[in-house]
Amino acid sequence: MEYIVEMLNIRKEFPGVVACDDITLQLKKGEIHALLGENGAGKSTLMNILFGLYQPDRGKILVRGQEINISNPNIANDLGIGMVHQHFKLVHNFTVTENIILGYETTKGLVVDIKTASEKIRLLSEQYGLNVDPEAIISNVSVGMQQRVEILKMLYRDAEVLIFDEPTAVLTPQEIEELMKIMKNLIQEGKSIILITHKLKEIKAIADRCTVIRRGQLIGTVNVKDTSQEKMAEMMVGRKVSFRVAKERKEPGSLVLNIKNISVKNPIGVLALKNFSLEVRCGEIVGVAGVDGNGQAELVKALIGLVKVETGDIELKGKSLLNDSIRNRIDQGVAYIPEDRHAYGLILDYNLEENLVLKLYYQEPYSKKGILQKDIISEHGQRVIEHFDIRAGEGSTTIARALSGGNQQKVILGREIDRNPDLLIAVQPTRGLDVGAIEYIHKRLIEQRDKGKAVLLISLELDEILNLSDRIAVINNGELVGLVDGEMANENEIGLMMAGIKRGESDE
Amino acid sequence: MKAMNKKVYILSFVAVILGLIAGAFFMLVTNNNPLDGYYYLFRGGLMNIERFGNTLATATTLVFTGLSVAFAFRTGLFNIGASGQMLMGGLWATAIALTFQWPKPILLTVIIIGAALSGGLWGGISGWLKGRFNVNEVVSTIMLNWTAYWTIYYVIPKYFKGAFLETESRRIPQEASLRVEWLSSLFNGSYINLGFFLAIIVTIIIAFILNKTTLGYELKAVGFNRLAAEAAGINVQRNIMLSMMISGALAGLGGAVFYVGYASNMQIGVLPAQGFDGIAVSLLGANSPFGVFVAALFFGLLHSGKGFMSAMTSIPPEIADTIIATIIYFAATSILIEKLWDRFRRKGGRE
Ligand SMILES: Nc1ncnc2c1ncn2[C@@H]1O[C@H](COP(=O)(O)OP(=O)(O)O)[C@@H](O)[C@H]1O
Ligand SMILES: [Mg+2]
Repeated sequence: MEYIVEMLNIRKEFPGVVACDDITLQLKKGEIHALLGENGAGKSTLMNILFGLYQPDRGKILVRGQEINISNPNIANDLGIGMVHQHFKLVHNFTVTENIILGYETTKGLVVDIKTASEKIRLLSEQYGLNVDPEAIISNVSVGMQQRVEILKMLYRDAEVLIFDEPTAVLTPQEIEELMKIMKNLIQEGKSIILITHKLKEIKAIADRCTVIRRGQLIGTVNVKDTSQEKMAEMMVGRKVSFRVAKERKEPGSLVLNIKNISVKNPIGVLALKNFSLEVRCGEIVGVAGVDGNGQAELVKALIGLVKVETGDIELKGKSLLNDSIRNRIDQGVAYIPEDRHAYGLILDYNLEENLVLKLYYQEPYSKKGILQKDIISEHGQRVIEHFDIRAGEGSTTIARALSGGNQQKVILGREIDRNPDLLIAVQPTRGLDVGAIEYIHKRLIEQRDKGKAVLLISLELDEILNLSDRIAVINNGELVGLVDGEMANENEIGLMMAGIKRGESDE
Repeated sequence: MKAMNKKVYILSFVAVILGLIAGAFFMLVTNNNPLDGYYYLFRGGLMNIERFGNTLATATTLVFTGLSVAFAFRTGLFNIGASGQMLMGGLWATAIALTFQWPKPILLTVIIIGAALSGGLWGGISGWLKGRFNVNEVVSTIMLNWTAYWTIYYVIPKYFKGAFLETESRRIPQEASLRVEWLSSLFNGSYINLGFFLAIIVTIIIAFILNKTTLGYELKAVGFNRLAAEAAGINVQRNIMLSMMISGALAGLGGAVFYVGYASNMQIGVLPAQGFDGIAVSLLGANSPFGVFVAALFFGLLHSGKGFMSAMTSIPPEIADTIIATIIYFAATSILIEKLWDRFRRKGGRE
């Protein structure tokens, strides 16, 4: 018996979309099988079917050679199939042990036998090198640790087939490496793994075979050894994509943004940014690397004018911004691509032309004496839509909500860049976008730099930072850990700095 | 945009039909003939020029309170205080009408502008509390309803008491009333007054503000997505305050047209129901000014016809209120109807 799990000709339709269409995935015992596809390709759906959360409309599932109807996750559990979801399912004020045994408690008489459970978890943790403390409270442990708790949860239930849904999205490079080690351990102990991801590097590093799906269609299954990242990317997107954005070395020009020793409090009143300084010049992209929640949000808010700066100063072109309103800063040339485009970037119920004048409507010629000039607004909208290649069903009168994520992001990008700003603050500009859209956004950012604008890029994707930045500032726990030249930076070093480990010497 | 609006109006229409069906059901279970009931209900509001005038007069106040609620809604605010704002507008109108003997055009201008300002002040307090201290506007408008109620309770008997009754003001003199001779006689002596024309003008103005001005653009942006509006440099606090002021001013105007137009004096101890009916009008009118206008006419018709219905049949007038309540219910749950509608359409499309 070669395959432990076979999903044959699976089809699943949701109202309006075919999430999976005739997809076949066969998992060999003891392999790491990557499931590759862009956002919305149907990866999670396919795995949720295997885990019993959805019922397929067509096709069959064989586990250990036997056809089985997995009508709910309990059946999957009994079959030894476990899943770590994209969003962890942990109770934050419970301990590790309590979380793991939840719904699977062994009892001694009437009481839950925590002690035995805890002991079993300790042994499992040792066996697989997970390094998890069974007594720790979830809310006190790192994201990487939480993920290992999820892994333990599967092992505790004797899972043999482990499904990981985009497990590396939330981790630092070091944590990713640890996770890969853990996966290898799991394979050695006889488990089989399905790894969902859209990161080709990881597949190349760890997977044996890779199944690629695109828009619900099966493109093919390949041996990872026999293929290249470029080839897999092409299968995933359906055309050739370039990874490295072409970028010429350039001497930066005059100082645009000067952040001087600022400290900023977070919403609960704790200092989240401490004595932070950074300069951004004309014609350079400065990347801010760091694990989520290390003061990036406060930095951005302080620059935009959404929060008060406790101490220090922020200067734009030599003039302090601290007493300027949000609008004044915008008028002086600060552009902003927010991390959460639905919350901060767009008025989803406004149409595109209305969204495209969100930072212009109060100026002539878009309004005169308080009256909107609809014709001019409409013309402006159509021009930007064309210029930025925004795909919208009804042109400039399409409601923003109706657009795909990539096109929504283009609307924001178009709105901000079209105003010809001096400083562009881009926060996670490609979050949740597919390879094609990412490529486009990156090109536009480089274009701004080449036009002599200052670009501040804040991202959790280290690859993005490494790819685009002329200089990289690493932030940890609200402090600047160090500055690295973009050309010389390597992932390992930055990863260590992201974890707060300072370098002895700067090599600039 | 157009397609969406059309859908909203279809939903409102469906809500009305379902409300009428529910009303028919209630008439049936109380052993009455629904056809008779509706015949007299609509006849009561439309049968002759006088009753038609009364229907318009009843609708006039509802146009203002409906616009008031709808305007706040568009900025994401729930104004439950239209009643209190109406009272404050009405108090100003009554006080001026009973104090000064100016020429009618001047008197009416002062009454109308002052009533708008009074209501605007009352709404503005809630807006200020929300913007400055993040006090929920639902709570503050309800409290201000009662503040207005007790203010009237004190001021009217003390300064504007009628000759016989402690509980109401003196009659508004003909010279200070929005009712005018030519209009009343045109409608055979109905209650209709200049307020109806004011309602038409104000509906147009509000539609203009919401759709054509930078102010409307900002207000709606704040209503749809406060965070994005703020990040784009829109002053959210100021817009919340402005929205509540304009909303209050609209209700204040409703107070003026009600107390010195429809009614002929001001009574104490009443929180005018029209303020709350404004919520229903706004819902049914899909928060759009012209939708509100039509919805107000419809509710005006039900209100003015129900007396005739109960006089001509044994159907209690409460049935009309039940129909109104049912329509509100369906309009409010229109999201649910929308879902069913979508499913129905998709099924239809596939087969
Ligand atoms: N529960 C659901 N209801 C409706 N549509 C869904 C649901 N889950 C996923 N989809 C749709 O199915 C498609 C595939 O989604 P998903 O499997 O989550 O993609 P992936 O995990 O590859 O990013 C998408 O178009 C998504 O919008
Ligand atoms: Mg997914």
